[in-house]
Amino acid sequence: MTDPALSLTDAVTAFLARRARWSPLEIAFWLVAASTIWLFPAKHLILTEICIWALFALSLDLILGYAGVISLGHAAFFGLGAYAAGLMGKHGLIAEPLLALVASGIIAAVIGFVTSFLVLRGSDLTRLMVTFGVALILREIANKYSDITGGADGLQGVEIGPVFGRFRFDLFGHTGYVYSLAVLFVLFVVARRIVQSPFGLSLQAIRGNPLRSSAVGIAVNWRLVAIYTLSAGYAGVAGALLAQTQAFASLEMFSIERSADVLLILIIGGTGYLYGGLIGALIYRFLQDYLSELTARYWQFWIGLILVAIVLIGRDRIGRWLAPAQKLAETISQWRPGRARPAAIEKAEP
Amino acid sequence: MLTILFDGVAYGMLLFVLACGLSVTLGLMNFVNLAHGSFAMAGGYFTVVLVNRMGVPFLACLPLAFLFSAALGALFERTLYVHVYRKSHLDQVLFTVGLIFISVAGLDYLMGSSQQFVNIPEMLQGQINVLGVGVGRYRLMIIAICGLLTVLLQLMLTKTRFGSRLRAAVDDQRVARGLGINVGAVFGLTFAFGSGLAGLGGALGAEILGLDPVFPLKYLIYFLIVVTVGGTSSITGPFVASILLGIGDVAGKYYLPTLSAFVIYCIMIVMLLWRPQGLFARPR
Repeated sequence: MTDPALSLTDAVTAFLARRARWSPLEIAFWLVAASTIWLFPAKHLILTEICIWALFALSLDLILGYAGVISLGHAAFFGLGAYAAGLMGKHGLIAEPLLALVASGIIAAVIGFVTSFLVLRGSDLTRLMVTFGVALILREIANKYSDITGGADGLQGVEIGPVFGRFRFDLFGHTGYVYSLAVLFVLFVVARRIVQSPFGLSLQAIRGNPLRSSAVGIAVNWRLVAIYTLSAGYAGVAGALLAQTQAFASLEMFSIERSADVLLILIIGGTGYLYGGLIGALIYRFLQDYLSELTARYWQFWIGLILVAIVLIGRDRIGRWLAPAQKLAETISQWRPGRARPAAIEKAEP
Repeated sequence: MLTILFDGVAYGMLLFVLACGLSVTLGLMNFVNLAHGSFAMAGGYFTVVLVNRMGVPFLACLPLAFLFSAALGALFERTLYVHVYRKSHLDQVLFTVGLIFISVAGLDYLMGSSQQFVNIPEMLQGQINVLGVGVGRYRLMIIAICGLLTVLLQLMLTKTRFGSRLRAAVDDQRVARGLGINVGAVFGLTFAFGSGLAGLGGALGAEILGLDPVFPLKYLIYFLIVVTVGGTSSITGPFVASILLGIGDVAGKYYLPTLSAFVIYCIMIVMLLWRPQGLFARPR
């Protein structure tokens, strides 16, 4: 008989390791995503957009879904990344797009780090105001220094070099799509690793109850600073991707509409399991396609209506409608070749 | 110098009338109503339609705008908002942002996206001289009306039965309920009243703030600053915060025209660093 504390540790470790393992459903998801490269070459432009929205929503999920920070101005970092990448492309500062992408992400992360100290003060309302204010300030800066940023006309004349010096961005967006999808996948894997680390688990504890988590020895503020910085960097990369694939950046990228759109995307897909942003982006983009055909100018109206409807119906109730699908997904996820339900879970659960 | 101060005070008073309803709803139900500006916009457009298309005198329109927005507020409160009070802040944000978008797109559809102007009667145009300082008549009227309203509000809160019920409900909802105060009704009335004030502010402010469909988004940050800086426990806090913000904004536009847009954000950041819980927050 082993020491009970030790066996419990083992069981917890085994449980966490099992949770961190890639389930067949996830593998299938990414295989399908990769197959679109060959299956739908004509749709690559729209698929690129979906990738970028997905990455942006993923970055919001990191702070909203895992740390419980509501942001009304996440577009700040998106726009920042876009302008950074655009300016680098325009002036040929960094010729390699991938390096420029990383640099833009770092710039956004630095600003995220600096502003995180303001964001973390006070209540939800203060956070709303500060995140919203930061987006407005950045937008105003981009507007004021129009000799650098092009002001209200947007940043034009952006030239993006070929990826790895070989693959040019073509008119049909083939290179752009493969590039965006690859970036999304890599960053997704990193995010997945992070949220399943002890650090990620401590974030969920903070979301559940900040006071209690600080009582068990979690440095609440620093963890929030860290995840906010990371999330800002992710949003910056998403913006940089948009600027690179479209060779354009505009003030609209800072707007509250964009911040609200990304909230909507994440809410459609569901928060706190990383795939929410990806699924939400897919649904959102097709919804947008369909609804803009009806009334292109009043697209905002439909967004508002969907938001109001989602809240009035209730997110948990919508979740319950989808329960059978979730159950199916879980069954598939837990299926392992050659083995029924693993025994260690039962040991760990009671 | 004095003119700037005067304009700033007028602007600040206007902001106070626009935002004080928000601070009360927030303090009372801990409800984040970002769509508050939409009610202000409704009052503004209502005035535009009445004055410009139907020829109703401007001054008569002000109380009508108040009643219109108050009725609208009461309607929305009873039909939609009641379902959202108990939900999380995230849900409240999503819901009210959705309402903003609906109102923005809806007014764009009904009235067009261009800026609207109210025909101000001649007696309110131009300037008069008070002690050697040039003073805009319209701004003088705003200060008079808003000052009167502030005094009335303060009296209502401190002297009337409804006021004490409201303060009791803000301080401790459960105990207030236990004492037999119908908190739901108090809240509904307050919400309607706050929306009405916002509508009145929208009607008065159409001339100074400009009125177009993106009004609720454009001034959202001002409302948020007033409420977070001023706190939600009294109306003195938001009042002082509005006046400060108004003077700061006007002075910034005058002295630092190139950087004017940043002045209010700097005020916001300094305030946050200095008093993160608001200017007049009581320790809880």
